[in-house]
Amino acid sequence: MRVGVLALQGDVREHLAVIASLGHTGVAVKYREDLDDLDALIIPGGESTTIGKLADRFELLEPMKKRIAEGLPTLGTCAGMILLATATTGEPQHLIGELDITVERNAFGRQVDSFEADLDVEGLDEPFHAVFIRAPLVVSAADDVEVLAAVDGRPVLVRQGHMMAASFHPELTNDDRIHKMLISSVTER
Amino acid sequence: MEAETGSDRVKRGLAEMLKGGVIMDVVTPEQARIAEEAGAVAVMALERVPADIRLQGGVARMSDPDMIQSIQDAVSIPVMAKARIGHFVEAQVLESLGVDYIDESEVLTPADTQNHIDKWKFTIPFVCGATNLGEALRRIGEGAAMIRTKGEAGTGDVKEAVTHARTIYGEIRKLTTLDESELMAAARDHRAPYALVREVAETGQLPVVNFAAGGIATPADAALMMQLGVDGVFVGSGIFKSGNPEVRAKAIVEATTYYQDPSIIAKVSRNIGEAMVGINSDDLRDEQLLAPRGW
Repeated sequence: MRVGVLALQGDVREHLAVIASLGHTGVAVKYREDLDDLDALIIPGGESTTIGKLADRFELLEPMKKRIAEGLPTLGTCAGMILLATATTGEPQHLIGELDITVERNAFGRQVDSFEADLDVEGLDEPFHAVFIRAPLVVSAADDVEVLAAVDGRPVLVRQGHMMAASFHPELTNDDRIHKMLISSVTER
Repeated sequence: MEAETGSDRVKRGLAEMLKGGVIMDVVTPEQARIAEEAGAVAVMALERVPADIRLQGGVARMSDPDMIQSIQDAVSIPVMAKARIGHFVEAQVLESLGVDYIDESEVLTPADTQNHIDKWKFTIPFVCGATNLGEALRRIGEGAAMIRTKGEAGTGDVKEAVTHARTIYGEIRKLTTLDESELMAAARDHRAPYALVREVAETGQLPVVNFAAGGIATPADAALMMQLGVDGVFVGSGIFKSGNPEVRAKAIVEATTYYQDPSIIAKVSRNIGEAMVGINSDDLRDEQLLAPRGW
């Protein structure tokens, strides 16, 4: 299986390492043609405004949007959640805009408020140790968006059809269960 | 749910998220917005860029909290600020302001000739400069969650940053070739904590992210540092001391992402105005050098 990781900025290497450890081929996506022949796509953590601007300037935003709209299984983590969302509560920024959620950026506060904690995740038997870094939150979602995990009642892991988004960084802990959920959504297609 | 703040993972993790990006020095909210618009991953809020600190002389200190706050209010990307080497009260003040990262920086006048800040005591992460592997590991030993080359700030001359990056990566490569029984002697030679020397020997990399800083002035400079193996770049005086900051900032961001693609670097380097004038770092007298500050 070929899993692309958008490689404009952010923690690309960590996602590629998880993909490789699961026995699949990771593809760093920097050019439009890198999107060809992918079975799944990951939008990594990083700075969402930076990634959005670069994706727009180098003509990756529309092709990604098209591939995802056509059903390409996609996972966004942190900045990736923001980029997948249809809207943010802050100033307008470049978004892929396919996942029907509105997110608030830096919703937990500044870096002093960044934290790690055990999270109960729907469909996983054991809690997931999650790392939240200047993390976003889902403030509203369409009816068909499933909430798989929440912090204080606010969604931090959501799924809508073939798209999944996490406020936290499953790529920073040695726990590949969220990535496996992405992979299994490919095999179930 | 039990939440833990200020952990190693959370501190080092923010630096991981900055990888492949450009962090820009800014002195006003307007400059901060220009940096964000250009695609900076973070800004460094300070009162004077290093080129002006050199020009004006005197004691360089932490910036006015009001000025830092105005920059925090202007942008949504992380805001960093500098404290003097060893000045842990400046660091406490910056932490209370909620800056996202503290740079314990040789660009400011050192406050302690012997000791750096005990960075483990803080919830907020620190980035520190280094000229070689031993210095990088000493800072990590004190709790730094990110390293940058010192280079020679405020010169626009990239060669010191190149020297520091080549030294750090060369020394890491050498460590990986040593027999386990040779690691204590290596720790002695590098004047570095043994546990960290051992870790680097085993993994072949620094335990934290390493950026380039000090003298980067052009898109090609940024790409050069990336090809040498750094994870991202700081640009200090190089942007807002140049002829056209908006265009240059954007070009440096793009060259940092596409650092392996000369045709894109060529394209973004066209018509970006005058680079900062700069100083050949060889022309500086010893007492004018910033990199030897700290140890």
